[in-house]
Amino acid sequence: MMFSRRQFIKTGLAGSLLLSLCGWLNAAGARRLSAGEREMLTALCGALLAGALPGDTEERRRLLALTVDGIATEISGLSLASQKEIGELFGLLVLAPGRLVLAGVSKPWREATVGEVSGFLQSWRSSRLALLQGAYGALHDLTFGAWYARPDTWEAIAYPGPPRGYF
Amino acid sequence: MHDPIRNGLAAGWKHIDAATLLKGQTVEADVVIVGTGAGGGVTADLLSDAGLRVVLVEEGPLRSSTDFKMREADAYPELYQESAARKTADKAINILQGRCVGGSTTVNWTSSFRTPPAVFEFWQRQFGLRQLSVESMSSWFAVMEHKLWVRPWETPPNPNNKVLLTGAEKLGIPTGAIKRNVKGCWNLGYCGMGCPTNAKQSMLLTTIPAALNRGATLYTRLRAERLRFTGGRVSALDCVALQADGIHPAGKRVQLRARHFVIAGGAIGSPALLMRSGVPDPHRLLGKRTFLHPVVISSALMPGRVDAYAGAPQTIYSDHFLHQAPIDGPLGFKLETPPLHPVLYSTTLQGFGEAHVELMREFTRVNVLLALLRDGFHPESRGGQVRLGSDGLPVLDYPLGDVIWEAARRALLAMAEIQFAAGAQWVTPVHETAPGYSTWAEARKGIAELPLQPFLCRVVSAHVMGGCGMADAPQRGVVDHRGRHFWLDNLSVHDGSIFPTSLGANPQLSIYALVARSASLLAAELSGRPRPLIP
Repeated sequence: MMFSRRQFIKTGLAGSLLLSLCGWLNAAGARRLSAGEREMLTALCGALLAGALPGDTEERRRLLALTVDGIATEISGLSLASQKEIGELFGLLVLAPGRLVLAGVSKPWREATVGEVSGFLQSWRSSRLALLQGAYGALHDLTFGAWYARPDTWEAIAYPGPPRGYF
Repeated sequence: MHDPIRNGLAAGWKHIDAATLLKGQTVEADVVIVGTGAGGGVTADLLSDAGLRVVLVEEGPLRSSTDFKMREADAYPELYQESAARKTADKAINILQGRCVGGSTTVNWTSSFRTPPAVFEFWQRQFGLRQLSVESMSSWFAVMEHKLWVRPWETPPNPNNKVLLTGAEKLGIPTGAIKRNVKGCWNLGYCGMGCPTNAKQSMLLTTIPAALNRGATLYTRLRAERLRFTGGRVSALDCVALQADGIHPAGKRVQLRARHFVIAGGAIGSPALLMRSGVPDPHRLLGKRTFLHPVVISSALMPGRVDAYAGAPQTIYSDHFLHQAPIDGPLGFKLETPPLHPVLYSTTLQGFGEAHVELMREFTRVNVLLALLRDGFHPESRGGQVRLGSDGLPVLDYPLGDVIWEAARRALLAMAEIQFAAGAQWVTPVHETAPGYSTWAEARKGIAELPLQPFLCRVVSAHVMGGCGMADAPQRGVVDHRGRHFWLDNLSVHDGSIFPTSLGANPQLSIYALVARSASLLAAELSGRPRPLIP
């Protein structure tokens, strides 16, 4: 890699070029999440939802899969322009160069630890580049939206759900 | 539960879901109305009452109490723009805006305020709108308040609103009770997901059924694409049908022809439609001065259960901080509370992982206050700008400048002080680097030093206004005091986009009253009947 990660992030132009490349790769428009995207999102959800998810069990894998499904559903409810932007972001993150350079995660997503992924999320959250801060915000909102939309997550927050029995 | 919409459909209302059209159509009417929210609904009612043949165009779906299940997972994608995740172009502000029959009135929290007197005075002074004043508008407000059951809310505030009430009281800050447009409200707290008991007197349940009963035609899943005009008159509106998902075009086109066209697509949709159509805009005003009431948020942990998801969501407010400086001085703000539901709260709340989980575990003990910043009065608060994206759909740029952040800091301080005064154990601004504070002294110091910037400090909006501002002359506005376009004779704008500034108050009642006036004048003109008795 020619640039260090820090130099690269500072180079907004290069970031835009990489985004354009991913836009081109995603020119086909909205589609189902690819296996690579699901792996990436599973890793991100594992970090974003740390503390809410159970430990390394079958149940954890089931809940992560449900959350990734939920994210796919949420994305399908966005405008085509937003879907395209999300597609670009995901396209960027599933490619090894994007993962390495912009996210700073050296291992493939399925091997990355919660700590490594959290470090990447934190770096985007506190980035000085609005593009990355906005991307963190999108990942944050999609993940928590998908998680807390499901009634089985409500017991942990003592939310009884909408009133029942009146209707 | 009785469902007046399904009953109306069964009785033969003319509703066409454009997603089901097998081929394109051309339709003639007296008046075409784009949008079915506060502006479109009132217009349809008054024009159909004058005997005019009305066609309504709505991009969203027709949903009603049978569909309203009080679940965020269903409500946001079905009833809101962009699944309740609409954002400014830079993604720094999240915008809640309805997108269904009834528009935002179907999903709003029922708060009803008349336009503040100081706002009318400012509009008179700065935009020459001498026809609009507290006196001249009072009858229009009274008419709409009566029609939509805007009444004082007698039920005690829920604990979430009680925090604002008691905290402010302790500090000697005056508060008021919010009037609500409800009839037989069950005090459930799920207004934002569509009223399941038909208590909220939204456009969905009032003006639109009235118009449909008089033979109006309602198209849903139909996107208004372009106005066709020649020689100073609009001749037709070209529309594209959407698929059932409300997102992808279905490939069918509908052309609507009429004597008059009323645009009521909201303050993002209306200017965008006029821009796409290339209507004359020699002074480059279209889409400019778009206001949001940017909202900053303070979250508190109370000693006991708050259950902010239950009970009428907004019943207490304070305008104290709107009156600390001249209206065009440092930005004032209105204090209110939002309802909290798991998705809305968890996505708005800062942080992730363990830190986020810890805050969510206390969900039932959380109180949230919000401050609506009154944008558009200070000379440096010029709002945002709607422009067209590459797909022709609107994009909103809204720069968050110094005058906004200065007010945001005062607002975060004021809210924290009120929350501590009400007994909060811990308070945090919704801000990515705020550590949270256990005492008012700590909060005062911490918030004073907090870096306030886009993305670090969460900013949201539920009130989009402006972009087709009213004025006395085309150099200063897009439309006149009646919402009539300055350049095209038979074109009106009837929604919150006509406000030349924000309001400093939840906008629904201002839209109802102004549009009732504009639509009554228009009805008289088009039908040849006498003008309304009130000015």
